[in-house]
Amino acid sequence: MRWMWIDAITHHEPNARMVAVKNISMAEEHLHDHFAQDESGAACPVMPTSLVVEGTAQTAGILVGSVHGFREKVILAKISSFRLDIDPRPGQTLRYDARIERMDASGASTETVISVLDHSDAAAGGDGASDAAAQWREVGRSSLMFSHIDQNRSGLQFPKENFVFSENFRTILRSAGLEGLAS
Amino acid sequence: MSQTLTHEEIYESVREILCDALGVDEDEVTPEASLTKDLGAESIDFLDINFKVEKKFSTPEKPFKINQGELFPENLTSDPSLVKDGKFTDAGMELLRTKMPHVDYSAFDADRSVDNVSELFTVKSLCDFVGRKLAN
Repeated sequence: MRWMWIDAITHHEPNARMVAVKNISMAEEHLHDHFAQDESGAACPVMPTSLVVEGTAQTAGILVGSVHGFREKVILAKISSFRLDIDPRPGQTLRYDARIERMDASGASTETVISVLDHSDAAAGGDGASDAAAQWREVGRSSLMFSHIDQNRSGLQFPKENFVFSENFRTILRSAGLEGLAS
Repeated sequence: MSQTLTHEEIYESVREILCDALGVDEDEVTPEASLTKDLGAESIDFLDINFKVEKKFSTPEKPFKINQGELFPENLTSDPSLVKDGKFTDAGMELLRTKMPHVDYSAFDADRSVDNVSELFTVKSLCDFVGRKLAN
């Protein structure tokens, strides 16, 4: 099974923008091997930044792939820049708001805004029964470049089968009502 | 950005683009520096540079659009009439000159090695390319 680092696509503007969310759960085993210090100096499990990079790459990569109906093999080719101001923790939701900046037959450049919703904010300012007091706040940015590898400059040949957008990623498209994109 | 740019203004913009795309220091970007050999550009960087050049030099009235293969020709090496035994033939050299008039071939003509062709792309050739396109 492919390792998916987004849970749902929540918004899609064809050829332009895709928004996805990732809920961070204490049940994710890798969190228990990756600790940071909280404000009091105590150790707390956090989501590794590399997996946040992967989440932004999956969101932006699906957006780029959707432009040509997932017929191109879209590969993350370059992390032009990446910034994350927090250590994401269980109980938080990350949101990746990806946009295509430029695109041609060879590939695309994308910009993604990373925001966080901290569900524990509701406990501090709300009635404990809803997330009404919780607010999305921007915590990072990601500039990524993707290559359509069948259009590579050196003329290298790759397998005909699209190994990038394989069957299991369609589950996410289906749950977002976007299955029709992968025609 | 204005379409009537001086060579110096083009050079400054190209230098800014290369520093951003390749993560190099300003003083590394000299006119003679090869994008691959001296500045470490890889194939995806050429697409990045393409996009950044298009964005930098486009205006609402006159988009600066670089067609695929216009700046850096593609797939030349797979044609046996253009490349033989790892070196460009006369026809190959002629095609390079036609497709990339913004490049200086004076030193490369004696070598003609396919392995070294990427070193032809210097900061100056990129500036000349931009200047030619803006003038047309």
